[in-house]
Amino acid sequence: MTGTLLVGLYVFVLAMFIGFELITKVPPTLHTPLMSGSNAISGISIVGALLVTGGAGDSALMRWIGLAALVLATINVVGGFLVTDRMLQMFKSKDAKPS
Amino acid sequence: MTLSTIIPLAYLVSAVLFILGIKRLGHPETAAGGNRLAGLGMLLAIIGTLLDQQILEFTWIIAGLAAGGLIGLVMAKTVKMTAMPEMVAIFNGFGGAASGMVAVGEYLRIIGTSGAPSVDSGVSIMVGTLIGSVTLSGSFIAYGKLKGIISGNAISNPIVRLLAILMALITVGAAVYLIGFETSLPIFWGLIAASLILGVLVVIPIGGADMPVVVALLNSYSGLAAAAAGFVLGNNALIISGALVGASGLILTSIMCRAMNRSLSNVLFSAFGSTAASGGGRGADGDKVAAEIGAEDSAMVLGYASQVVFVPGYGLAVAQAQHKIRELADMLTARGVNVRYCVHPVAGRMPGHMNVLLAEANVPYEQLCEPEDVNPDMENIDVAVVVGANDVVNPLARDDASSPIAGMPIIETDRAKICIVIKRSLSVGYAGIDNPLFYMPNNRMFFGDAADALAQIAEEVKQL
Repeated sequence: MTGTLLVGLYVFVLAMFIGFELITKVPPTLHTPLMSGSNAISGISIVGALLVTGGAGDSALMRWIGLAALVLATINVVGGFLVTDRMLQMFKSKDAKPS
Repeated sequence: MTLSTIIPLAYLVSAVLFILGIKRLGHPETAAGGNRLAGLGMLLAIIGTLLDQQILEFTWIIAGLAAGGLIGLVMAKTVKMTAMPEMVAIFNGFGGAASGMVAVGEYLRIIGTSGAPSVDSGVSIMVGTLIGSVTLSGSFIAYGKLKGIISGNAISNPIVRLLAILMALITVGAAVYLIGFETSLPIFWGLIAASLILGVLVVIPIGGADMPVVVALLNSYSGLAAAAAGFVLGNNALIISGALVGASGLILTSIMCRAMNRSLSNVLFSAFGSTAASGGGRGADGDKVAAEIGAEDSAMVLGYASQVVFVPGYGLAVAQAQHKIRELADMLTARGVNVRYCVHPVAGRMPGHMNVLLAEANVPYEQLCEPEDVNPDMENIDVAVVVGANDVVNPLARDDASSPIAGMPIIETDRAKICIVIKRSLSVGYAGIDNPLFYMPNNRMFFGDAADALAQIAEEVKQL
């Protein structure tokens, strides 16, 4: 196993632990926004999609695969963050109301 | 500092923003800010990537970003809150597909330049392709089941299971061959096809009632797919974000399983609800009589109660009755009744779904509570109103160790002074078992559509 892969594994395992710690503290009421918000974060593969699309060179196949990945990842990111925001505004608006 | 330092640092900052964002998602007051913080992290990661010198050509990138952004915007603005599970399912599929395609793209690039990938990157590529493909096709089946295009019934068939095992073996075999022996595009396409079929076969046997678990699990997969893409590219931002999402999905999956008192393997493989349950007949049998109540009497008991708990279930969401329940609750509150909503963790069709629907109807956050908050003083509750829920208030889970739902945490409305169940009929719930609550002396059935029933009761409360 090379160093890069090992470092990657370290980062992966430690990040999983951070994830477990953070998410067990989220109350059930907020599980749906948590899910759609974390779903938007998984759209981080947009970074990979950009690299594939932009670095495709002359390969038409790679370019189309990159473009498809980019469109899907962008939908995931933009849609995910916006819909989470829409939901959370509904949770928030009532906090101001009872006063 | 050169670009080769700045870009990884930008990724580090965005990873930190994701972590802080998720941390803030843990509280209703900071949640919206947390989500925006994570969004900012994503923007930073995108800008950082665009600085990369590997990117030579921007026309396609701009086209892709514009098209995806527009579609995402329209979907996010128009989706109905009742359809959130479908939307999350389909987004999981898109995320998984994107990650898988990144792995595929990298494989093509390596074959095109140096010939064969090293074992390390070969493993990452195969794992990324596999998880991405399974997430894609599995999510679309889950979407179809949630939407009702595909039968929500648990399809338990030994042939399906056998085919799934066969596809898994083909996938693993192809991956080992591609990594260990030679690069071959036809075999690689075969691996993708087998993984896609595998995704269909693992979700098809799972019943509609278990969809919250499946959506949570696919959420986890979409994260793991992103992490795998991170291993493929040697990019820590993808690895960290993917791991966070993977962990989040796993925790939600285990919370859902616990709320149903079932193990994950039981959810995935047992085709719950498809078999006729032993013990307790189906529907109303023989001499047991369920007492009925009408709108006027319901209004009387509710209007003069001091403690009322509403227990909303999926039937409420189907009837779009979340606004009606809030109107009735407001009228009762105005009369001095203390009203709360008790939401079971598996109510609705994804974790926390019912809370979102109630929030949409402007139900105050403080009135929402969990079973642990209500159960201990259920004796002091004057009226418990169960709307479109069944299994989550079934006392068999507590009393009958041989029941299929034995041990599942329930909301014990049978211990309230009066329980009113608003439901279309006496039919069984997802678990396929009779509910003795319906025949208890302190229980009254109000047959009808949830929205209609609540509106009728509200009308009568007005007359009091």
